[in-house]
Amino acid sequence: MEQLIQQIINGISLGSIYALIALGYTMVYGIIKLINFAHCDIYMIGAYIGYVCMSKLGLGFLPSLLASMLFCTVLGITIERIAYRPLRNATRIAALITAIGVSLFLEYTTMFFASANVRTYPSMTGFMAKTYKIGDIVISTQQILIAVITVILMVLLQVIVKKTKIGKAMRAVSMDKDAAELMGINVDTTISFTFALGSALAGAAGILVGIYYNSINPLMGVLPGLKAFVAAVFGGIGIIPGAMLGGYVIGIIEVFVSGYGYSMYRDAVVFAILILILIVRPAGLLGKNTGEKV
Amino acid sequence: MRGILNKQLTQRIIFMLLAYAIVQLLVSTNIINAYLQATLVTICINIILAVSLNLITGFTGQFSLGHAGFMSIGAYTCALITMRVPTIAGFLAGVLMGAVMAALVGFLVGLPTLRLRGDYLAIATLGMSEIIRIVFINLDSITNGAAGLNDIPRFVNWPWLYVFVAGTILLIRNLLKSSHGRACIAIREDEIAAEAMGINTTKYKVLAFIIGAFCAGIAGALYSSYFYYIKPDLFGFLKSVDILVIVVLGGLGSISGSVLAAVLLAVVSTYFQSFPEIRMILYALILVIIMIFRPQGLLGSKEISISMFNRMGKLFAFGKGEK
Repeated sequence: MEQLIQQIINGISLGSIYALIALGYTMVYGIIKLINFAHCDIYMIGAYIGYVCMSKLGLGFLPSLLASMLFCTVLGITIERIAYRPLRNATRIAALITAIGVSLFLEYTTMFFASANVRTYPSMTGFMAKTYKIGDIVISTQQILIAVITVILMVLLQVIVKKTKIGKAMRAVSMDKDAAELMGINVDTTISFTFALGSALAGAAGILVGIYYNSINPLMGVLPGLKAFVAAVFGGIGIIPGAMLGGYVIGIIEVFVSGYGYSMYRDAVVFAILILILIVRPAGLLGKNTGEKV
Repeated sequence: MRGILNKQLTQRIIFMLLAYAIVQLLVSTNIINAYLQATLVTICINIILAVSLNLITGFTGQFSLGHAGFMSIGAYTCALITMRVPTIAGFLAGVLMGAVMAALVGFLVGLPTLRLRGDYLAIATLGMSEIIRIVFINLDSITNGAAGLNDIPRFVNWPWLYVFVAGTILLIRNLLKSSHGRACIAIREDEIAAEAMGINTTKYKVLAFIIGAFCAGIAGALYSSYFYYIKPDLFGFLKSVDILVIVVLGGLGSISGSVLAAVLLAVVSTYFQSFPEIRMILYALILVIIMIFRPQGLLGSKEISISMFNRMGKLFAFGKGEK
């Protein structure tokens, strides 16, 4: 029983990170129908910015978190403006190849400047390094921090999307771009804003991974990125609560699979779930099946 | 009419023999030395991979991100067979078995997943190839896990390469000229309309998938036989992307485009071999720039053909690919 609870706690920490990344995927897909492969590298860059802030500039955790979110926001908007905007009306495959191109560009530029070596985050001190024991269950401050920050960010996101004007515009554009434009919504700004939100969340995920796992490298984004995308598909792509749910479910499943001795197969299980979901319920857990109109 | 056809046919045969003879001459006079030979083999393997992926993605319109998975099945099957039977017969059996196994997996995976469309299919095939890779890593007793297989006997030389490359191109070209190929192209243009016209869309999508996987299996077998050494990580997501990039760069729906892009990319990447990071940065930049300024790829869906050389004396031929 204790082991079960412990696994769930570990799963929630991992799942929070997947959920944060998945939100960016799902929002961008919802609004421009593009699998933004570069998203996982924004997360990687976020981790690097956090590293620079914490170990080179000596900033605390919260300022570093904000700095990394801010930098990733700017990066996300820049990428959208330079690489994706000219392709707004191009074929889907052209946009997807561009996304892969941007992803490779970010990975290898980071590798060029920061070298391919693994970097380690500074070890946590004071209350950040504490662990709490309840019976046999161990919870670290980092895990609490990850869970709390993720929840705060998700609530903020929900408020932005549901309550503000720009959030309304986002929902409108993702429903029908042309109609939204006719209603006087500036589609370009709205798409930029979506990228900004998604990238900020990815940046936060990057620094949280940094403090949780300690080591970062230029290719760290690839696999978590794919899994986060699986999470987004699992919950129903384009649906924000779906991505949150998917992230947690995928995180918990992964921790369970490796916790019970099949750690070598944990990635395979995630992808098997993906294929299963796509076959059984392609619209995702929270999605609605829509027929194609001729 | 017969005369013209015969003339075309003879010209094609002469062109094919000439291509073979020129490279053979360069190899035997050692102008293509051992180092350049590796590039030559890479080009040939990439041509097979790109042309077969073009059948799936370019002509049938089914977006696949898992071609490296099929390639790895061919590579492992061939390697395991030739390591036990290190003769030329063993090699040929290995290539054949590798291709058949890849086609079989293509069939098994294709049947359920091909009901998906567009991006969903891309992600499903990506997941499939990752699963194949992870299974190879974990089948320690057979595949030696993540460390991979070593000392695979080498049987690949230029004549064999030529046979398989020319065979693949001819197979896919002739398929596309047949009614089956036309059905595939119809699916790409409009799946619903094709279905309304009485085309069994699932059948043709699976057919394209199986033939594509079969050829990818051949490419993998050749790879393992030439480079001595294979490991699961060679056939990851990046490899699938590499193949897709060749196809898109050359033009979706252009066989000659795929060939051209395979040669071009191999030459560029050989040139930048000593600066791996800069090479990848450039590669990424070229990718983005081409997609922004020429999203249909170098040739679009047009083909370079010999008869056009005759008629116009120009490099680019129009109207052969699509009619």
